[in-house]
Amino acid sequence: MNTSENNVNEAPQLSENNIELEQQLAEKTLAQKALKAEYKELAIQGLWKNNPGIVQLLGLCPLLAVTATITNALGLGLATLLVLVASNATVSAIRHWVPKEIRIPIFVLIIASFVTCVQLLMNAYTYGIYQSLGIFLPLIVTNCAIIGRAEAYASKNPVKQASFDGLMMGLGFALVLILLGAIREILGQGTLFDGAHLLFGDWAGVLRIEVVKLDSQFLLAILPPGAFIAMGFIIALKNSIDTYIKQRQPKKEKATIERVRVNFDS
Amino acid sequence: MTNSLPPNKNAKDKSAFRLPIQKNSQILAIFAIVCTVIVGLVNELTKDRIQEQTQLQLLNTLHEIIEPSSYNNEITQDCVNISSLLLGSTQNTNIVQKAYIARNNNSPVAVAITSTALDGYNGKIELIVAINIDNSISGVRVLKHQETPGLGDKVELKKSNWITAFNGKKLLSELDTRWQVTKDGGTFDQFTGATITPRAIVKAVKNTLLFFIENKNKVLTLPNSCLIGDQEPQPEYEATNEY
Repeated sequence: MNTSENNVNEAPQLSENNIELEQQLAEKTLAQKALKAEYKELAIQGLWKNNPGIVQLLGLCPLLAVTATITNALGLGLATLLVLVASNATVSAIRHWVPKEIRIPIFVLIIASFVTCVQLLMNAYTYGIYQSLGIFLPLIVTNCAIIGRAEAYASKNPVKQASFDGLMMGLGFALVLILLGAIREILGQGTLFDGAHLLFGDWAGVLRIEVVKLDSQFLLAILPPGAFIAMGFIIALKNSIDTYIKQRQPKKEKATIERVRVNFDS
Repeated sequence: MTNSLPPNKNAKDKSAFRLPIQKNSQILAIFAIVCTVIVGLVNELTKDRIQEQTQLQLLNTLHEIIEPSSYNNEITQDCVNISSLLLGSTQNTNIVQKAYIARNNNSPVAVAITSTALDGYNGKIELIVAINIDNSISGVRVLKHQETPGLGDKVELKKSNWITAFNGKKLLSELDTRWQVTKDGGTFDQFTGATITPRAIVKAVKNTLLFFIENKNKVLTLPNSCLIGDQEPQPEYEATNEY
């Protein structure tokens, strides 16, 4: 600061302007940093810390029912992702016009409309996957993860952040679906991406991978109980990774605290 | 908002409640209208495409069970509505089935009849049975079922070719003992661990064939009810309650 004031002594106004500008700039960068941190936090929350599939355990009904193959899982995951982003963005955009008392019926209305639209579009353009998802496509309406995000985040935050939150939560949910689908398909049928052409068109038929040749299907993996068991293992794995990370962290925290004390003493 | 006030306490309280309620219901109504309009628009946009897809799916199935080169009419638009105890209806519920007629230069060559087997292991099984004009089976496919994956679902062509065992089979009489699973003394294999599903399908196919033999002339002469573009396809039910 000193040097700049000395240099522009003849024009104090300019220096004042400069300082103001600098302050504005500093504020801006600070705000940007905060925004960046928020986006990062949203991503971490959606994909890992607060994952709707394996932490909040929301939407378990479709999660367990349709994940017999990776293609079905991908279809439902994409549909949920789409609905979640769209509903979050809409709920956030209209948040100033919706009275508190009737927000829930309005959120449900919006979500149901989006699900119906997605359902119609999938019926028209991905007929095969629409048939194999069956009742679980309209049941996305009842997925608590969607109304939960609308109520907890989108109704209080700007459109951009809300859409990003929807994207991350949807991705987190889709990833769990895909992981579960892959595990069950390999164990049950010994393949990956069986029937992918139903979702992506004829070219995707080449995606099908025969991982292991099974003489007979492993029934447990295909039936719903297999989904519960596989889900349990995934949650256990996630928890053990979390505890592993926690075990490594306390040492660092202690070290920083000590440094602070040294500073105060000196 | 305080709740559960007596409704006739005084006029001021009443109006104090009425205003927000009015406002809220108006907002709710606006949202309902907007959402309905959007869904309606999407429906309008996708309607034709969905119908196309359904027709295509039907045509693909029909092509599998009736040789496409043997007929030259628009088979998906040439069908009659039928219902019978032999095709899955019961005394109390009437299930309308369809019979698609394949014609070559206007002379019928085969008929594909949808049927429902009520006694599947896990609910109804929906079938389509194609029968040549000489009363032999041209092909059978399962359209919809909820049988146990890995056991009963071998009735799908995707899983095993069991369903092709029907091709070319004929029915000698109503009491033809060959139309049973091998466990019951017939010629159709059952699956390891699943006898009920094949038993139900064999029975349903046999009944469909029986229905066709008995009602062949009626099926072929009923007015068409599948013409696309017809505003109201007149449902022509045929009630043959012989059993």
